[in-house]
Amino acid sequence: MLENLTYFVLAAFIGAEVISKVPQTLHTPLMSGSNAISGITVVGALVVAGMVGGSWAKWIGVAALIVAMINVVGGFMVTDRMLQMFKKKEPPQLKKGATDGVGGITPSSQKVNA
Amino acid sequence: MLVAVVATLFLHEILTPLEMIGGMVVGGAIGAMLARRVEMTSMPELVAAFNGFGGLASALVAGGEVARYLFSSSAAQTLSLDPLSPVTAVTIVLSVLVGMVTFSGSFVAFGKLNGLVSGNPISFLGMRLLTVLLVAGAFAAMGFVVWGTGDFPSVSEPVVWGLVALGIVALFLGILLVIPIGGADMPVVVALLNSYSGLAASATGFVLNNTALIVSGALVGASGLILTKIMCDGMNRSLLNVLLGGFGGEADTSSGGPVTKGDQQVQPTTADDVAILLTYAQKVIIVPGYGMAVAQAQHQVRELTDLLLEKGVMVKFAVHPVAGRMPGHMNVLLAEANVSYDLLFEMDEINGEFDSTDVSLVIGANDVVNPAARHDTSSPIYGMPILNVDRSQTVIILKRSMRPGYSGIENELFFAANTRMLFGDAKDSITQLVSEVKGL
Repeated sequence: MLENLTYFVLAAFIGAEVISKVPQTLHTPLMSGSNAISGITVVGALVVAGMVGGSWAKWIGVAALIVAMINVVGGFMVTDRMLQMFKKKEPPQLKKGATDGVGGITPSSQKVNA
Repeated sequence: MLVAVVATLFLHEILTPLEMIGGMVVGGAIGAMLARRVEMTSMPELVAAFNGFGGLASALVAGGEVARYLFSSSAAQTLSLDPLSPVTAVTIVLSVLVGMVTFSGSFVAFGKLNGLVSGNPISFLGMRLLTVLLVAGAFAAMGFVVWGTGDFPSVSEPVVWGLVALGIVALFLGILLVIPIGGADMPVVVALLNSYSGLAASATGFVLNNTALIVSGALVGASGLILTKIMCDGMNRSLLNVLLGGFGGEADTSSGGPVTKGDQQVQPTTADDVAILLTYAQKVIIVPGYGMAVAQAQHQVRELTDLLLEKGVMVKFAVHPVAGRMPGHMNVLLAEANVSYDLLFEMDEINGEFDSTDVSLVIGANDVVNPAARHDTSSPIYGMPILNVDRSQTVIILKRSMRPGYSGIENELFFAANTRMLFGDAKDSITQLVSEVKGL
Protein backbone atom coordinates (compact mmCIF):
# COMPACT_ATOMS: atom_id res chain seq x y z
CA MET A 1 0.00 0.00 0.00
CA LEU A 2 2.71 2.43 1.03
CA GLU A 3 4.66 1.50 -2.05
CA ASN A 4 1.63 2.14 -4.21
CA LEU A 5 1.10 5.52 -2.60
CA THR A 6 4.71 6.38 -3.37
CA TYR A 7 4.19 5.49 -7.02
CA PHE A 8 1.06 7.59 -7.06
CA VAL A 9 2.70 10.67 -5.61
CA LEU A 10 5.81 10.39 -7.78
CA ALA A 11 3.78 9.88 -10.93
CA ALA A 12 1.62 12.86 -10.06
CA PHE A 13 4.73 15.02 -9.70
CA ILE A 14 6.17 13.84 -13.00
CA GLY A 15 2.83 14.41 -14.67
CA ALA A 16 2.55 17.93 -13.29
CA GLU A 17 6.11 18.73 -14.28
CA VAL A 18 5.81 17.44 -17.85
CA ILE A 19 2.34 18.64 -18.64
CA SER A 20 2.82 22.19 -17.45
CA LYS A 21 5.27 22.52 -20.36
CA VAL A 22 2.74 21.57 -23.03
CA PRO A 23 1.79 24.64 -25.11
CA GLN A 24 -1.79 25.85 -25.19
CA THR A 25 -2.04 24.86 -28.85
CA LEU A 26 -1.87 21.18 -28.00
CA HIS A 27 -4.18 21.16 -25.00
CA THR A 28 -7.01 19.35 -26.74
CA PRO A 29 -4.90 16.49 -28.10
CA LEU A 30 -3.22 16.37 -24.69
CA MET A 31 -6.55 15.91 -23.03
CA SER A 32 -7.86 13.27 -25.39
CA GLY A 33 -4.52 11.50 -25.30
CA SER A 34 -4.30 11.45 -21.54
CA ASN A 35 -7.89 10.32 -21.46
CA ALA A 36 -6.97 7.40 -23.68
CA ILE A 37 -4.17 6.60 -21.26
CA SER A 38 -6.65 6.51 -18.41
CA GLY A 39 -8.41 3.86 -20.46
CA ILE A 40 -5.61 1.65 -19.21
CA THR A 41 -8.31 0.44 -16.83
CA VAL A 42 -8.74 -2.03 -19.67
CA VAL A 43 -5.95 -3.95 -17.92
CA GLY A 44 -8.03 -4.10 -14.77
CA ALA A 45 -11.04 -5.10 -16.80
CA LEU A 46 -9.08 -7.95 -18.32
CA VAL A 47 -7.98 -9.12 -14.90
CA VAL A 48 -11.48 -9.08 -13.54
CA ALA A 49 -13.07 -10.59 -16.64
CA GLY A 50 -10.50 -13.34 -16.74
CA MET A 51 -10.72 -14.37 -13.11
CA VAL A 52 -12.42 -17.62 -12.37
CA GLY A 53 -15.18 -15.94 -10.49
CA GLY A 54 -18.91 -16.11 -10.59
CA SER A 55 -20.75 -15.13 -13.70
CA TRP A 56 -21.40 -11.74 -12.10
CA ALA A 57 -17.74 -10.92 -11.91
CA LYS A 58 -17.28 -12.04 -15.46
CA TRP A 59 -20.09 -9.94 -16.91
CA ILE A 60 -19.15 -6.86 -14.98
CA GLY A 61 -15.64 -7.43 -16.25
CA VAL A 62 -16.79 -7.76 -19.86
CA ALA A 63 -18.84 -4.57 -19.56
CA ALA A 64 -15.80 -2.80 -18.13
CA LEU A 65 -13.71 -4.22 -20.94
CA ILE A 66 -16.00 -2.86 -23.65
CA VAL A 67 -16.15 0.58 -22.10
CA ALA A 68 -12.42 0.73 -21.51
CA MET A 69 -11.70 -0.37 -25.08
CA ILE A 70 -13.93 2.40 -26.42
CA ASN A 71 -11.85 4.76 -24.37
CA VAL A 72 -8.47 3.44 -25.46
CA VAL A 73 -9.10 2.86 -29.15
CA GLY A 74 -11.30 5.91 -29.65
CA GLY A 75 -9.05 8.14 -27.57
CA PHE A 76 -5.85 7.26 -29.35
CA MET A 77 -7.37 7.37 -32.81
CA VAL A 78 -8.91 10.77 -32.32
CA THR A 79 -5.70 12.09 -30.77
CA ASP A 80 -3.82 10.83 -33.78
CA ARG A 81 -6.29 12.52 -36.10
CA MET A 82 -5.75 15.80 -34.32
CA LEU A 83 -1.99 15.50 -34.22
CA GLN A 84 -1.95 14.84 -37.96
CA MET A 85 -3.61 18.20 -38.42
CA PHE A 86 -0.93 19.90 -36.39
CA LYS A 87 1.83 18.54 -38.58
CA LYS A 88 3.58 21.09 -40.68
CA LYS A 89 2.02 21.26 -44.09
CA GLU A 90 4.32 23.18 -46.38
CA PRO A 91 3.24 22.24 -49.92
CA PRO A 92 0.15 24.49 -50.08
CA GLN A 93 2.23 27.46 -48.96
CA LEU A 94 4.98 26.74 -51.45
CA LYS A 95 2.53 26.95 -54.33
CA LYS A 96 1.72 30.49 -53.31
CA GLY A 97 5.40 31.29 -53.04
CA ALA A 98 5.16 34.03 -55.66
CA THR A 99 3.57 36.49 -53.28
CA ASP A 100 5.31 35.38 -50.15
CA GLY A 101 8.01 37.99 -50.20
CA VAL A 102 5.64 40.84 -49.55
CA GLY A 103 6.25 40.68 -45.85
CA GLY A 104 2.93 39.65 -44.42
CA ILE A 105 4.20 36.28 -43.39
CA THR A 106 5.87 35.47 -40.13
CA PRO A 107 9.63 35.03 -40.28
CA SER A 108 9.72 31.28 -39.73
CA SER A 109 7.55 30.39 -42.69
CA GLN A 110 9.43 32.85 -44.84
CA LYS A 111 12.66 31.10 -44.10
CA VAL A 112 11.22 27.81 -45.24
CA ASN A 113 9.96 29.33 -48.41
CA ALA A 114 13.10 31.21 -49.26
CA MET B 1 -0.70 -0.18 -24.11
CA LEU B 2 -0.94 -3.36 -26.12
CA VAL B 3 2.11 -4.64 -24.28
CA ALA B 4 0.41 -3.98 -20.98
CA VAL B 5 -2.68 -5.85 -22.07
CA VAL B 6 -0.74 -8.82 -23.36
CA ALA B 7 1.45 -8.87 -20.26
CA THR B 8 -1.61 -8.90 -18.07
CA LEU B 9 -3.01 -11.77 -20.07
CA PHE B 10 0.14 -13.78 -19.55
CA LEU B 11 0.87 -12.88 -15.96
CA HIS B 12 -2.54 -13.82 -14.75
CA GLU B 13 -2.63 -16.89 -16.95
CA ILE B 14 -5.91 -15.68 -18.21
CA LEU B 15 -7.38 -17.97 -20.78
CA THR B 16 -8.98 -15.89 -23.46
CA PRO B 17 -12.62 -16.81 -23.39
CA LEU B 18 -14.94 -15.77 -26.11
CA GLU B 19 -16.46 -13.00 -24.02
CA MET B 20 -13.13 -11.35 -23.59
CA ILE B 21 -12.16 -11.18 -27.23
CA GLY B 22 -15.73 -10.26 -28.01
CA GLY B 23 -15.61 -7.44 -25.48
CA MET B 24 -12.38 -6.07 -26.88
CA VAL B 25 -13.61 -6.23 -30.46
CA VAL B 26 -16.94 -4.61 -29.67
CA GLY B 27 -15.40 -1.87 -27.54
CA GLY B 28 -12.60 -1.26 -30.01
CA ALA B 29 -15.00 -1.04 -32.92
CA ILE B 30 -17.26 1.45 -31.15
CA GLY B 31 -14.28 3.56 -30.16
CA ALA B 32 -12.82 3.50 -33.66
CA MET B 33 -16.13 4.44 -35.19
CA LEU B 34 -16.60 7.37 -32.82
CA ALA B 35 -13.06 8.60 -33.40
CA ARG B 36 -13.30 8.39 -37.20
CA ARG B 37 -16.66 10.00 -37.66
CA VAL B 38 -16.48 12.88 -35.24
CA GLU B 39 -16.37 16.39 -36.63
CA MET B 40 -13.62 18.56 -35.21
CA THR B 41 -16.25 21.00 -34.00
CA SER B 42 -17.77 18.21 -31.90
CA MET B 43 -14.48 17.44 -30.23
CA PRO B 44 -15.49 18.82 -26.81
CA GLU B 45 -18.45 16.45 -26.67
CA LEU B 46 -16.34 13.50 -27.68
CA VAL B 47 -13.67 14.23 -25.10
CA ALA B 48 -16.38 14.56 -22.45
CA ALA B 49 -17.93 11.25 -23.50
CA PHE B 50 -14.58 9.48 -23.44
CA ASN B 51 -13.94 10.82 -19.96
CA GLY B 52 -17.27 9.36 -18.94
CA PHE B 53 -16.42 5.95 -20.38
CA GLY B 54 -13.11 6.00 -18.52
CA GLY B 55 -14.86 6.72 -15.24
CA LEU B 56 -17.47 4.04 -15.83
CA ALA B 57 -14.78 1.48 -16.65
CA SER B 58 -12.99 2.21 -13.38
CA ALA B 59 -16.15 1.93 -11.34
CA LEU B 60 -17.08 -1.33 -13.08
CA VAL B 61 -13.67 -2.86 -12.48
CA ALA B 62 -13.87 -2.04 -8.78
CA GLY B 63 -17.37 -3.53 -8.67
CA GLY B 64 -16.17 -6.61 -10.52
CA GLU B 65 -13.39 -7.02 -7.99
CA VAL B 66 -15.99 -7.26 -5.24
CA ALA B 67 -18.23 -9.55 -7.29
CA ARG B 68 -15.24 -11.80 -7.67
CA TYR B 69 -15.39 -12.63 -3.98
CA LEU B 70 -19.03 -13.51 -4.15
CA PHE B 71 -20.76 -16.54 -5.56
CA SER B 72 -17.57 -18.55 -5.68
CA SER B 73 -16.00 -19.20 -2.33
CA SER B 74 -14.32 -22.35 -3.61
CA ALA B 75 -12.82 -20.61 -6.61
CA ALA B 76 -11.72 -17.83 -4.32
CA GLN B 77 -9.77 -20.34 -2.31
CA THR B 78 -8.08 -21.81 -5.34
CA LEU B 79 -6.97 -18.34 -6.33
CA SER B 80 -5.88 -17.84 -2.72
CA LEU B 81 -7.46 -14.42 -2.50
CA ASP B 82 -6.45 -12.29 0.40
CA PRO B 83 -9.40 -11.42 2.56
CA LEU B 84 -10.78 -8.04 1.69
CA SER B 85 -8.94 -5.68 4.00
CA PRO B 86 -10.42 -2.36 5.08
CA VAL B 87 -7.64 -0.63 3.14
CA THR B 88 -8.64 -2.36 -0.07
CA ALA B 89 -12.25 -1.56 0.73
CA VAL B 90 -11.37 2.13 0.95
CA THR B 91 -9.76 2.03 -2.48
CA ILE B 92 -12.77 0.18 -3.88
CA VAL B 93 -15.27 2.73 -2.60
CA LEU B 94 -13.09 5.59 -3.85
CA SER B 95 -12.87 3.98 -7.25
CA VAL B 96 -16.64 3.51 -7.44
CA LEU B 97 -17.36 7.03 -6.17
CA VAL B 98 -14.98 8.89 -8.45
CA GLY B 99 -15.72 6.62 -11.39
CA MET B 100 -19.48 7.05 -11.20
CA VAL B 101 -19.30 10.81 -10.59
CA THR B 102 -17.05 11.09 -13.64
CA PHE B 103 -19.44 8.98 -15.68
CA SER B 104 -22.67 10.85 -15.00
CA GLY B 105 -20.94 14.24 -14.84
CA SER B 106 -19.30 13.68 -18.20
CA PHE B 107 -22.52 12.73 -19.87
CA VAL B 108 -24.28 15.78 -18.52
CA ALA B 109 -21.36 17.83 -19.89
CA PHE B 110 -21.73 15.93 -23.18
CA GLY B 111 -25.42 16.86 -23.29
CA LYS B 112 -24.69 20.50 -22.52
CA LEU B 113 -22.00 20.68 -25.18
CA ASN B 114 -24.05 19.23 -28.01
CA GLY B 115 -27.22 21.01 -27.01
CA LEU B 116 -29.25 18.07 -25.66
CA VAL B 117 -29.30 19.79 -22.28
CA SER B 118 -29.62 23.54 -21.98
CA GLY B 119 -26.27 25.29 -21.79
CA ASN B 120 -27.68 27.56 -19.12
CA PRO B 121 -26.82 26.87 -15.54
CA ILE B 122 -29.70 24.82 -14.20
CA SER B 123 -30.65 25.09 -10.58
CA PHE B 124 -33.71 24.46 -8.49
CA LEU B 125 -34.81 25.18 -4.98
CA GLY B 126 -32.82 23.20 -2.45
CA MET B 127 -30.27 21.98 -4.97
CA ARG B 128 -27.31 22.89 -2.82
CA LEU B 129 -28.94 21.13 0.12
CA LEU B 130 -29.57 18.05 -2.00
CA THR B 131 -25.94 18.05 -3.11
CA VAL B 132 -24.77 18.23 0.50
CA LEU B 133 -27.14 15.41 1.43
CA LEU B 134 -25.86 13.29 -1.43
CA VAL B 135 -22.27 13.87 -0.38
CA ALA B 136 -23.20 12.85 3.15
CA GLY B 137 -25.02 9.82 1.77
CA ALA B 138 -21.99 8.85 -0.28
CA PHE B 139 -19.77 9.04 2.78
CA ALA B 140 -22.26 7.02 4.80
CA ALA B 141 -22.34 4.33 2.12
CA MET B 142 -18.57 4.32 1.96
CA GLY B 143 -18.31 3.95 5.72
CA PHE B 144 -20.89 1.20 5.63
CA VAL B 145 -18.89 -0.76 3.06
CA VAL B 146 -15.58 -0.37 4.84
CA TRP B 147 -17.17 -1.28 8.16
CA GLY B 148 -18.76 -4.36 6.60
CA THR B 149 -15.52 -5.79 5.29
CA GLY B 150 -14.69 -7.47 8.59
CA ASP B 151 -17.03 -10.37 7.96
CA PHE B 152 -16.70 -10.29 4.19
CA PRO B 153 -17.32 -12.43 2.17
CA SER B 154 -19.22 -14.68 4.58
CA VAL B 155 -21.59 -11.82 5.36
CA SER B 156 -21.71 -9.98 2.06
CA GLU B 157 -24.90 -7.93 2.27
CA PRO B 158 -23.52 -4.73 3.80
CA VAL B 159 -20.71 -4.54 1.29
CA VAL B 160 -22.77 -5.32 -1.78
CA TRP B 161 -25.71 -3.12 -0.92
CA GLY B 162 -23.43 -0.40 0.31
CA LEU B 163 -21.63 -0.40 -3.02
CA VAL B 164 -24.84 -0.40 -5.03
CA ALA B 165 -26.15 2.50 -2.96
CA LEU B 166 -22.86 4.32 -3.35
CA GLY B 167 -22.95 3.84 -7.11
CA ILE B 168 -26.45 5.29 -7.35
CA VAL B 169 -25.71 8.21 -5.04
CA ALA B 170 -22.54 8.97 -7.01
CA LEU B 171 -24.51 8.96 -10.27
CA PHE B 172 -26.86 11.64 -8.99
CA LEU B 173 -24.00 13.55 -7.43
CA GLY B 174 -22.22 13.71 -10.79
CA ILE B 175 -25.35 15.12 -12.42
CA LEU B 176 -25.90 17.68 -9.70
CA LEU B 177 -22.29 18.80 -9.81
CA VAL B 178 -22.35 19.63 -13.51
CA ILE B 179 -25.84 20.97 -14.27
CA PRO B 180 -25.41 24.24 -12.36
CA ILE B 181 -22.35 25.13 -14.43
CA GLY B 182 -22.89 27.40 -17.40
CA GLY B 183 -21.72 26.91 -20.97
CA ALA B 184 -18.82 29.34 -20.75
CA ASP B 185 -17.31 27.40 -17.86
CA MET B 186 -17.30 24.15 -19.81
CA PRO B 187 -13.53 24.22 -20.49
CA VAL B 188 -13.00 23.97 -16.74
CA VAL B 189 -15.51 21.15 -16.38
CA VAL B 190 -14.08 19.12 -19.24
CA ALA B 191 -10.56 19.48 -17.87
CA LEU B 192 -11.68 18.62 -14.36
CA LEU B 193 -13.58 15.53 -15.48
CA ASN B 194 -10.47 14.51 -17.39
CA SER B 195 -8.61 14.71 -14.11
CA TYR B 196 -11.31 12.69 -12.31
CA SER B 197 -11.17 9.93 -14.89
CA GLY B 198 -7.45 9.63 -14.21
CA LEU B 199 -7.96 9.57 -10.46
CA ALA B 200 -10.60 6.86 -10.86
CA ALA B 201 -8.18 4.78 -12.91
CA SER B 202 -5.54 5.31 -10.26
CA ALA B 203 -7.91 4.23 -7.49
CA THR B 204 -8.66 1.10 -9.50
CA GLY B 205 -4.93 0.52 -9.66
CA PHE B 206 -4.83 0.55 -5.86
CA VAL B 207 -7.70 -1.94 -5.79
CA LEU B 208 -5.94 -4.36 -8.11
CA ASN B 209 -2.48 -3.56 -6.78
CA ASN B 210 -1.49 -2.76 -10.36
CA THR B 211 1.37 -0.26 -10.71
CA ALA B 212 0.74 0.51 -14.36
CA LEU B 213 -2.77 1.65 -13.53
CA ILE B 214 -1.68 3.71 -10.55
CA VAL B 215 1.04 5.51 -12.48
CA SER B 216 -0.94 6.24 -15.63
CA GLY B 217 -3.95 7.28 -13.60
CA ALA B 218 -1.85 9.67 -11.55
CA LEU B 219 -0.32 11.16 -14.71
CA VAL B 220 -3.73 11.79 -16.17
CA GLY B 221 -5.06 13.13 -12.89
CA ALA B 222 -2.18 15.61 -12.66
CA SER B 223 -2.52 16.64 -16.29
CA GLY B 224 -6.23 17.28 -15.89
CA LEU B 225 -5.68 19.31 -12.75
CA ILE B 226 -3.09 21.50 -14.44
CA LEU B 227 -5.40 22.14 -17.36
CA THR B 228 -8.15 22.95 -14.90
CA LYS B 229 -5.92 25.47 -13.20
CA ILE B 230 -4.90 27.06 -16.51
CA MET B 231 -8.57 27.39 -17.45
CA CYS B 232 -9.48 28.92 -14.09
CA ASP B 233 -6.59 31.37 -14.35
CA GLY B 234 -7.81 32.27 -17.83
CA MET B 235 -11.04 33.43 -16.25
CA ASN B 236 -9.56 34.78 -13.04
CA ARG B 237 -11.94 32.66 -11.02
CA SER B 238 -11.29 30.04 -8.40
CA LEU B 239 -12.16 26.43 -9.05
CA LEU B 240 -14.65 26.54 -6.20
CA ASN B 241 -16.34 29.54 -7.75
CA VAL B 242 -16.71 27.70 -11.05
CA LEU B 243 -17.98 24.52 -9.41
CA LEU B 244 -20.58 26.33 -7.35
CA GLY B 245 -21.82 27.43 -10.72
CA GLY B 246 -24.81 29.56 -11.55
CA PHE B 247 -22.59 32.03 -13.37
CA GLY B 248 -24.51 33.85 -16.09
CA GLY B 249 -25.93 31.83 -18.92
CA GLU B 250 -27.08 32.20 -22.46
CA ALA B 251 -29.27 35.23 -22.69
CA ASP B 252 -32.67 34.98 -24.23
CA THR B 253 -31.93 34.55 -27.91
CA SER B 254 -35.18 35.90 -29.26
CA SER B 255 -35.11 39.47 -27.99
CA GLY B 256 -31.45 40.36 -28.39
CA GLY B 257 -29.76 43.12 -26.47
CA PRO B 258 -30.21 46.84 -26.84
CA VAL B 259 -28.55 48.64 -29.71
CA THR B 260 -28.07 51.85 -27.81
CA LYS B 261 -26.42 52.58 -24.53
CA GLY B 262 -26.81 56.08 -23.28
CA ASP B 263 -25.78 58.35 -26.12
CA GLN B 264 -23.63 55.68 -27.71
CA GLN B 265 -24.96 53.62 -30.52
CA VAL B 266 -23.86 50.44 -32.14
CA GLN B 267 -22.40 51.06 -35.59
CA PRO B 268 -23.23 48.31 -38.04
CA THR B 269 -21.14 47.86 -41.14
CA THR B 270 -21.18 45.87 -44.34
CA ALA B 271 -19.00 43.18 -45.82
CA ASP B 272 -17.57 45.38 -48.57
CA ASP B 273 -16.53 48.08 -46.11
CA VAL B 274 -14.81 45.49 -43.94
CA ALA B 275 -13.15 43.97 -47.01
CA ILE B 276 -11.66 47.35 -47.93
CA LEU B 277 -10.48 47.92 -44.37
CA LEU B 278 -8.84 44.52 -44.23
CA THR B 279 -7.20 44.71 -47.64
CA TYR B 280 -5.59 48.09 -47.03
CA ALA B 281 -4.55 47.32 -43.49
CA GLN B 282 -0.96 46.53 -42.63
CA LYS B 283 -1.67 44.35 -39.69
CA VAL B 284 -4.78 42.37 -38.86
CA ILE B 285 -5.35 40.29 -35.74
CA ILE B 286 -8.12 37.70 -35.83
CA VAL B 287 -9.70 36.75 -32.52
CA PRO B 288 -11.66 33.50 -32.87
CA GLY B 289 -14.24 32.43 -30.30
CA TYR B 290 -16.95 29.88 -29.75
CA GLY B 291 -19.09 31.55 -32.42
CA MET B 292 -16.58 30.45 -35.05
CA ALA B 293 -16.93 26.86 -33.87
CA VAL B 294 -20.73 27.01 -33.88
CA ALA B 295 -20.82 28.44 -37.40
CA GLN B 296 -18.07 26.03 -38.52
CA ALA B 297 -16.42 29.00 -40.14
CA GLN B 298 -12.81 27.90 -39.68
CA HIS B 299 -12.28 26.99 -43.35
CA GLN B 300 -13.61 30.33 -44.54
CA VAL B 301 -11.38 32.03 -41.99
CA ARG B 302 -8.41 30.20 -43.44
CA GLU B 303 -9.36 31.27 -46.95
CA LEU B 304 -9.63 34.88 -45.84
CA THR B 305 -6.28 34.62 -44.09
CA ASP B 306 -4.58 33.24 -47.19
CA LEU B 307 -6.05 35.99 -49.34
CA LEU B 308 -4.90 38.72 -46.99
CA LEU B 309 -1.45 37.19 -46.69
CA GLU B 310 -1.22 37.12 -50.47
CA LYS B 311 -2.07 40.80 -50.53
CA GLY B 312 0.75 41.47 -48.13
CA VAL B 313 -1.27 42.05 -44.99
CA MET B 314 0.26 40.75 -41.82
CA VAL B 315 -2.28 38.41 -40.24
CA LYS B 316 -2.06 36.98 -36.76
CA PHE B 317 -4.44 35.03 -34.60
CA ALA B 318 -4.94 35.77 -30.91
CA VAL B 319 -6.22 32.77 -28.98
CA HIS B 320 -7.56 33.30 -25.49
CA PRO B 321 -7.02 30.34 -23.14
CA VAL B 322 -10.74 29.84 -22.50
CA ALA B 323 -11.99 30.58 -26.01
CA GLY B 324 -14.35 27.80 -27.03
CA ARG B 325 -15.63 24.95 -24.97
CA MET B 326 -12.51 23.00 -24.07
CA PRO B 327 -8.83 23.68 -23.60
CA GLY B 328 -7.22 24.30 -26.98
CA HIS B 329 -10.55 24.23 -28.83
CA MET B 330 -9.71 27.08 -31.23
CA ASN B 331 -6.28 25.67 -32.00
CA VAL B 332 -7.76 22.34 -33.09
CA LEU B 333 -10.30 24.00 -35.35
CA LEU B 334 -7.73 26.28 -36.97
CA ALA B 335 -5.34 23.37 -37.40
CA GLU B 336 -8.12 21.41 -39.06
CA ALA B 337 -8.55 24.27 -41.52
CA ASN B 338 -4.79 24.25 -42.15
CA VAL B 339 -4.03 27.61 -40.61
CA SER B 340 -0.31 27.58 -40.01
CA TYR B 341 0.34 27.61 -36.29
CA ASP B 342 3.10 30.16 -36.78
CA LEU B 343 0.25 32.62 -37.06
CA LEU B 344 -1.34 31.60 -33.75
CA PHE B 345 -0.40 33.50 -30.62
CA GLU B 346 -1.35 33.07 -27.01
CA MET B 347 -2.81 35.95 -25.07
CA ASP B 348 0.36 37.03 -23.29
CA GLU B 349 2.40 36.93 -26.48
CA ILE B 350 0.12 39.12 -28.51
CA ASN B 351 -1.58 41.47 -26.08
CA GLY B 352 1.08 44.14 -26.50
CA GLU B 353 0.59 44.19 -30.26
CA PHE B 354 -2.95 45.48 -30.44
CA ASP B 355 -1.74 49.09 -30.17
CA SER B 356 0.02 48.69 -33.51
CA THR B 357 -2.81 46.80 -35.15
CA ASP B 358 -4.99 48.33 -37.82
CA VAL B 359 -7.92 45.95 -37.68
CA SER B 360 -8.95 43.41 -35.08
CA LEU B 361 -11.43 40.91 -36.44
CA VAL B 362 -13.41 39.34 -33.61
CA ILE B 363 -15.20 36.22 -34.82
CA GLY B 364 -17.78 34.97 -32.37
CA ALA B 365 -15.83 35.92 -29.26
CA ASN B 366 -17.35 38.16 -26.64
CA ASP B 367 -16.44 38.01 -22.97
CA VAL B 368 -12.75 37.43 -23.69
CA VAL B 369 -12.57 40.85 -25.39
CA ASN B 370 -14.80 42.81 -23.00
CA PRO B 371 -12.80 45.79 -21.71
CA ALA B 372 -15.03 45.92 -18.62
CA ALA B 373 -12.87 43.13 -17.25
CA ARG B 374 -10.04 45.64 -17.01
CA HIS B 375 -11.68 48.59 -15.31
CA ASP B 376 -15.24 47.92 -14.20
CA THR B 377 -14.99 46.56 -10.69
CA SER B 378 -18.72 45.89 -10.59
CA SER B 379 -18.59 43.63 -13.64
CA PRO B 380 -18.84 39.91 -12.91
CA ILE B 381 -15.88 39.29 -15.16
CA TYR B 382 -13.74 42.02 -13.57
CA GLY B 383 -10.15 40.87 -13.34
CA MET B 384 -10.41 38.28 -16.06
CA PRO B 385 -7.44 38.57 -18.40
CA ILE B 386 -8.71 39.70 -21.78
CA LEU B 387 -7.41 40.35 -25.26
CA ASN B 388 -7.01 44.10 -25.62
CA VAL B 389 -8.66 44.39 -29.02
CA ASP B 390 -10.14 47.75 -28.10
CA ARG B 391 -6.67 49.25 -28.36
CA SER B 392 -6.40 48.54 -32.06
CA GLN B 393 -7.38 51.19 -34.54
CA THR B 394 -10.57 49.51 -35.70
CA VAL B 395 -12.42 46.58 -34.22
CA ILE B 396 -14.72 44.54 -36.42
CA ILE B 397 -17.05 42.25 -34.53
CA LEU B 398 -18.76 39.40 -36.31
CA LYS B 399 -21.85 38.47 -34.41
CA ARG B 400 -25.24 37.00 -35.05
CA SER B 401 -27.13 39.51 -32.94
CA MET B 402 -26.70 41.91 -30.06
CA ARG B 403 -27.23 39.28 -27.44
CA PRO B 404 -24.61 39.14 -24.71
CA GLY B 405 -22.09 36.33 -24.40
CA TYR B 406 -22.36 33.33 -22.17
CA SER B 407 -21.62 35.27 -19.06
CA GLY B 408 -24.83 37.17 -19.79
CA ILE B 409 -23.22 40.58 -19.51
CA GLU B 410 -23.26 43.41 -21.95
CA ASN B 411 -20.07 44.20 -23.79
CA GLU B 412 -19.18 47.89 -23.85
CA LEU B 413 -16.78 47.18 -26.69
CA PHE B 414 -19.77 46.98 -29.04
CA PHE B 415 -20.54 50.62 -28.33
CA ALA B 416 -17.00 51.92 -28.64
CA ALA B 417 -16.26 54.59 -31.25
CA ASN B 418 -13.73 52.44 -33.08
CA THR B 419 -15.98 49.37 -33.21
CA ARG B 420 -18.01 48.26 -36.20
CA MET B 421 -20.46 45.39 -36.02
CA LEU B 422 -20.92 42.97 -38.89
CA PHE B 423 -24.10 41.11 -38.08
CA GLY B 424 -24.91 37.66 -39.44
CA ASP B 425 -23.77 34.08 -39.32
CA ALA B 426 -19.99 34.00 -39.09
CA LYS B 427 -19.64 31.57 -41.96
CA ASP B 428 -21.82 33.62 -44.32
CA SER B 429 -20.17 36.86 -43.31
CA ILE B 430 -16.69 35.56 -43.92
CA THR B 431 -17.68 33.93 -47.20
CA GLN B 432 -18.90 37.37 -48.30
CA LEU B 433 -15.71 38.97 -47.05
CA VAL B 434 -13.66 36.48 -49.04
CA SER B 435 -15.46 37.25 -52.29
CA GLU B 436 -15.27 40.99 -51.64
CA VAL B 437 -11.55 40.84 -50.92
CA LYS B 438 -11.03 38.77 -54.06
CA GLY B 439 -12.80 41.44 -56.07
CA LEU B 440 -10.56 44.23 -54.84
